[in-house]
Amino acid sequence: MAPIVPIVMPKWGLSMKEGQVVEVLVAEGDQLAVGDDLIEVDTDKISGIVEATAAGMLRRLVAEVGRTYPVKGLLGVVADESVGDDDIDAFVAGYAVPSAAEDEAEASAYHTIDVDGIMVRYGRLGGGERTVLLIHGYGGDLDNWLFTTTALAEGFDVVALDLPGHGQSAIFLPGETVADLARFVERFCEVLALGRVDVVGHSLGGAIAARLAIDHPDRVERLALIAPVGLGPEINTGYLDGFASARSRRDLKAVLAELYTDQTHVSREMVDQVLRYIRLDGVPQLLARLRAGITADDVQADQPVLDLDPAQVPLLVMWGSADRVVPAAHAAAAPAGAEVVVLEGGGHMVQIERPGQVNATLARHLRR
Amino acid sequence: MARTITMRQAINEALDQEMTRDPSVICMGEDIVGGAGSPGEDDAWGGVLGVTKGLYAKHGDRLLDTPLSESAYIGAAIGAATCGLRPVAELMFIDFMGVCFDQIYNQAAKFRYMFGGKAVTPVTIRAMVGAGLRAAAQHSQMLTPVFTHIPGLKVVCPSTPYDTKGLLIGSIRDDDPVIFCEHKAMYDMEGEVPETSYSIPLGEANVVREGGDCTIVAYGLMVHKATEAAETLASEGVECEVVDLRSLSPLDLDTVIESVEGTGHLVCVDEANPRCSIAADVSAQVAQHAFGSLRAPIAMVTAPHTPVPFAPGLEDAYIPDAARVAKAVRSTVATGA
Amino acid sequence: MTEVAGARELSKEALLDAYRTMRTIREFEERLHTEFATGEIPGFVHLYAGEEAIAAGVMAHLDENDYVASTHRGHGHSIAKGCDVKGMMFEIYGKDEGICRGKGGSMHIADLDKGMLGANGIVGGGPPLVCGVGLSTKVRGTKQVGVSFTGDGGANQGTFLESLNLAAVWELPVIFVVENNGYAESTSRDYGVAVDSYVDRAQGFGIPGVTVDGTDFFAVHEAAGAVIDRARNGGGPSLLECEMVRFFGHFEGDAQTYRAPGEVDDLRATRDCIVRFRTQVVDAEVVTDDELDAIDEEARALIETAVDEATAAPVPELDELLTDVYVSY
Repeated sequence: MAPIVPIVMPKWGLSMKEGQVVEVLVAEGDQLAVGDDLIEVDTDKISGIVEATAAGMLRRLVAEVGRTYPVKGLLGVVADESVGDDDIDAFVAGYAVPSAAEDEAEASAYHTIDVDGIMVRYGRLGGGERTVLLIHGYGGDLDNWLFTTTALAEGFDVVALDLPGHGQSAIFLPGETVADLARFVERFCEVLALGRVDVVGHSLGGAIAARLAIDHPDRVERLALIAPVGLGPEINTGYLDGFASARSRRDLKAVLAELYTDQTHVSREMVDQVLRYIRLDGVPQLLARLRAGITADDVQADQPVLDLDPAQVPLLVMWGSADRVVPAAHAAAAPAGAEVVVLEGGGHMVQIERPGQVNATLARHLRR
Repeated sequence: MARTITMRQAINEALDQEMTRDPSVICMGEDIVGGAGSPGEDDAWGGVLGVTKGLYAKHGDRLLDTPLSESAYIGAAIGAATCGLRPVAELMFIDFMGVCFDQIYNQAAKFRYMFGGKAVTPVTIRAMVGAGLRAAAQHSQMLTPVFTHIPGLKVVCPSTPYDTKGLLIGSIRDDDPVIFCEHKAMYDMEGEVPETSYSIPLGEANVVREGGDCTIVAYGLMVHKATEAAETLASEGVECEVVDLRSLSPLDLDTVIESVEGTGHLVCVDEANPRCSIAADVSAQVAQHAFGSLRAPIAMVTAPHTPVPFAPGLEDAYIPDAARVAKAVRSTVATGA
Repeated sequence: MTEVAGARELSKEALLDAYRTMRTIREFEERLHTEFATGEIPGFVHLYAGEEAIAAGVMAHLDENDYVASTHRGHGHSIAKGCDVKGMMFEIYGKDEGICRGKGGSMHIADLDKGMLGANGIVGGGPPLVCGVGLSTKVRGTKQVGVSFTGDGGANQGTFLESLNLAAVWELPVIFVVENNGYAESTSRDYGVAVDSYVDRAQGFGIPGVTVDGTDFFAVHEAAGAVIDRARNGGGPSLLECEMVRFFGHFEGDAQTYRAPGEVDDLRATRDCIVRFRTQVVDAEVVTDDELDAIDEEARALIETAVDEATAAPVPELDELLTDVYVSY
């Protein structure tokens, strides 16, 4: 008998427990290809799209708009036409959501560690011989990797940190330049005894990753940079300043809109999460300091990606073509030998807007 | 790091952190320490419902028990605010405003305007509001509209521990006089609250639930009744957008109107008596500024035009509940479908 | 005799300052009385003429860091506390350059930079605020004091009585000055107050008090000096009752039919605090008539200019209606 493949509620990030179906984009009987958009889902942190993981016919649509399903809850069934309706019915009836025991293990995937007196929160998930370190950008946190962490955890030991002054790490900057932060990330790796790592950096995290590879060549095996700072002079300083100075939901929403092509990602929950961060005492001042440290005369102060040698450190550069924070045109300046992937129409947060493509490209690069 | 604490703890933490941060912040009120001058222990009460318990040990004389003398100590808080302090005065029950109202509405509220913009009066007056504790007519009122009527006062009434901490810190740091209303039935409500200090600006409503069929505007405890109603209605296929006003003055009318533009229906829920209530105010302003977006008459769900009764059955009937909210939504949605 | 002794204890400069204050207040009020009758001044005013020695005698012991809360009859306190006289006149005329931008008027003249917490349209509004001054002083550990002025009528308000108690139990550095001019608006002080002396009331709250003749600058000055020193040095609150006279009605336009025939004329002839001061200092041979005449002329000129400029000054722009309700909103 041909296989019956369930479509389930994905787990985006460490804390996701359930998701609400907002819209169903397919109908029973549709032929699906891998990567097709199937179902739009809202969580308390993020809105995303469930993509097809297997090709075949959508035989049964279980998901109802407005209903909430647990992670791994059944949303639909894909199977070849040769499979009988009875078998499909039996599969749906017999489907059981995997127990919560696994969730409890994942709850402990968040940790904090003292790095030179600064409390740093990080998440660690998956396993494997290779460790992948994920570094987010300016004003971000490890939740910027919601769609990436769980995907990479299938084959890697994934570590994602909140940079100091970000997320739930201490509101303190060990320095405001790319080099200062790279030095701190190196200390984080030392304290955590990570050994050699592959580093994935997004935006400012890209520049930090590149600087880490240059200043600490023993640390970094491979690099994957997504919409990185560090490959050219331009950066949307209006975004940096707007983010640091936003006080109201309205202002912040307009600022966050710059990050995405598809504005459904700028959900109420997402704006709320960021608001909760920027309202913490000291954060706006800290961000303003960081903004001043990474720019000079309103252009990027440090462009370490230009100095990388892909022959020494295999380099992947990924960009959304419609990035409004760091221009995708910078991709053309990537050093010879780097793999450059530009995703048509994607915005600055391309790893959230195009998780399927980004995760597949990342996995390919990291397994090379 | 966020952890789960009660609204009572959120208030206590906000006061503690602000007193630590700024030596000009003091707290004063009847029994906020408890046992002052009495033979027994210090900090015997920490407020009648224990909200300020433990602060005395940390901040000592900057926590002042007052005589039962609201006019004098509320006025003193206001006077102190004009000359160097940032006092947080607890007017135990908002119902007691009657014995000190002159100091609030004729003095604090008007200084800045009638002194030509020179005065700054950063005083926060905390008070318990709302029914539900069988406290009867003089300890249970929702008098928020009395204060929103007065230019020069800001009025806040939070619905969650997170908002409570952030709005209280925002109120203390605010340079205008703020009436901070705490619903006494919500002190034990739990929610995630960051340990770090943070402030929420006054005058920003919060959309606590999104929906396209009907806007429900509420504040304080009524936000939870509205959300409960919205959940019931969702199972009937009616999606409600719940707007928590949080701050009643300034009022975030933009958020309300934006929502009504999307839904075409409005139900205003208010624990206050109906005449000149927040519900009436929001209804009037939406009718004035967004009439074209409305597809049905605005509905109000409020307490009746009576004092708060004592007998439990009567009091329960007095307080708007989720069933009444849901009924109002069904009715308006049916009218303008 | 003692009258002369009092005058000799103060420096000449202090005497001239006190005289300038009293004379300026008198000129200000007499002129307002005249101008009000022309209909040029909006609203209503309550004049302080006859009571100048109290404002001058108390304020001589205060500086800009000390605070006073005044009453509806606040022009004298404001001038004595250092408020800009022209700014006050502009204010009373409702002009944009008024001390409160024309938004307060006679009953709300205030200047926090000068420690003037405001005249107050609410009888009994000030005493709790002054408790706040005392509280702030205590918490911040400064040596500032607060002085509340209250009329004999206002001293019946609950706010006044509550404030006596609060100041007493918290041992606040405040002084409650009761300006007893014999009338609560039109009602006799003896009708509205059962005790003979406000000092008796103070003692009931555990606060010491003293009664002085409020038409004698030196008596006020000496008694005020003692209670203010006491407050400033941690001795707690006091009450200072000043028995004095009101030359005009409760408000301008008050026909004062409740007063005895000839009462005001008699008071002006026999109990004018400025005439008395003048005699005292000249008799003591510390100040000459010429020097005082010069101050009279100075005050006349100042008020003349103030009125001329105030009548000609621009009114507030209409968009001022909406400003300064909040610091931010």
